[in-house]
Amino acid sequence: MAGFDKVVSSYEEALAGLQDGMTVIAGGFGLCGIPENLIAQIKKMGVKGLTVVSNNCGVDGFGLGILLEDRQIKKMVSSYVGENALFEKQLLSGELEVELTPQGTLAEKIRAGGAGIPAFYTATGYGTPVGEGKEVREFNGRHYIMEESIVGDFAIVKGWKADRYGNVVYRHTAQNFNPLAATAGKITVVEVEEIVEPGELDPTHIHTPGIYVNRVIKGSFEKRIEQRTVRKG
Amino acid sequence: MALSREQIAMRVARELQDGFYVNLGIGIPTLVANYVPKGMQVMLQSENGLLGMGPFPTEDEIDADLINAGKQTVTTIPGASIFSSAESFAMIRGGHVDLTVLGAFEVDVAGNIASWMIPGKLIKGMGGAMDLVAGADNIIVTMTHASKNGESKLLTRCSLPLTGAGCIKRVLTDLAYLEIDNGAFILKERAPGVSVEEIVSKTEGKLIVPDHVPEMQFDEEA
Repeated sequence: MAGFDKVVSSYEEALAGLQDGMTVIAGGFGLCGIPENLIAQIKKMGVKGLTVVSNNCGVDGFGLGILLEDRQIKKMVSSYVGENALFEKQLLSGELEVELTPQGTLAEKIRAGGAGIPAFYTATGYGTPVGEGKEVREFNGRHYIMEESIVGDFAIVKGWKADRYGNVVYRHTAQNFNPLAATAGKITVVEVEEIVEPGELDPTHIHTPGIYVNRVIKGSFEKRIEQRTVRKG
Repeated sequence: MALSREQIAMRVARELQDGFYVNLGIGIPTLVANYVPKGMQVMLQSENGLLGMGPFPTEDEIDADLINAGKQTVTTIPGASIFSSAESFAMIRGGHVDLTVLGAFEVDVAGNIASWMIPGKLIKGMGGAMDLVAGADNIIVTMTHASKNGESKLLTRCSLPLTGAGCIKRVLTDLAYLEIDNGAFILKERAPGVSVEEIVSKTEGKLIVPDHVPEMQFDEEA
């Protein structure tokens, strides 16, 4: 690697330094836009005691769901975790801790974390179990709760294309949490479908500027579909 | 007769206006998209980061990278835009969405809504519901008026953990359309063939019944 070239050639290299007990922020919504090969590499590494920040926790046998099989996740920070029988089992047995966080608050916690903002106020969750124990402030006659931002030891991100310098574009709604996650990792690893040379991506259309990205790797993706809904053509 | 799911969606569709940006929750609210009046343009927001959601794809159009908040494969309409989850909730929280339609387990006379958690049952999460009810000014809650055992879901005080406090002003049930104001439900319309007495008997929270309660009208043309 030289200069701004962030491309690594193996998944071992991509996640080098990931250790037990770390916090990992993962992009993706459901199974859409998940860094599936990086998740598989975490399983292979066998690191344990992870806190994983992700909107969902995959499904049985795919996505983050595979990290439950060897009990690698200690805690999930998510907005919705309903698609996963193993998850349910570990939650009920107390092996797994879950911090349920409203989806918009979760997105903003990660955005703020990457932007150097330690906390923010939101009306979301005021007067609900989410607001319990949190500081309340009144602005213009409305109540808001304070939410603290999130920074990860690692962020794992799925992009569509990246150049060697780590500029990333996402495809369709596979964007979701990915550009936020990319900003909030002490080490941000992006896996993409295609790596191009600097200059090949239009600077105007970059979603994630390379400054946020430490490592880029090209993967191949299954892109499993959770709810296959069609209409007659 | 209590309204069918489709009739609830049809009645909600009457609240749409040309040029509205609309977020439809999972379940009955999703059906509203089928009853947009002819000649009217609305744009559907899906909180995973899509404005301008189109119908389900044909078999040839299916794209794993294009889904809605229910994780279903969808399409985009001309003029759609796609963005991050933070941007999506900025427009929701910032009050830029014109109408939000979502389901609930319970609502009460203070405008509180409970829709995400039943203690003792598995808690799957609130998804975007708390942000949607906190951010939107114009919300319609669609729900059944009472449980299968006849217990009212329109209450003096919600018994389940809340999704949002004091944020609901309009409720459409299978029996009635009601508004919430000043600590009471106000009965505005009743489902065709449903008596005021039935609605009164199935509403536990304070209910104000005007002298004349019209039957609901539906746009058949959509």
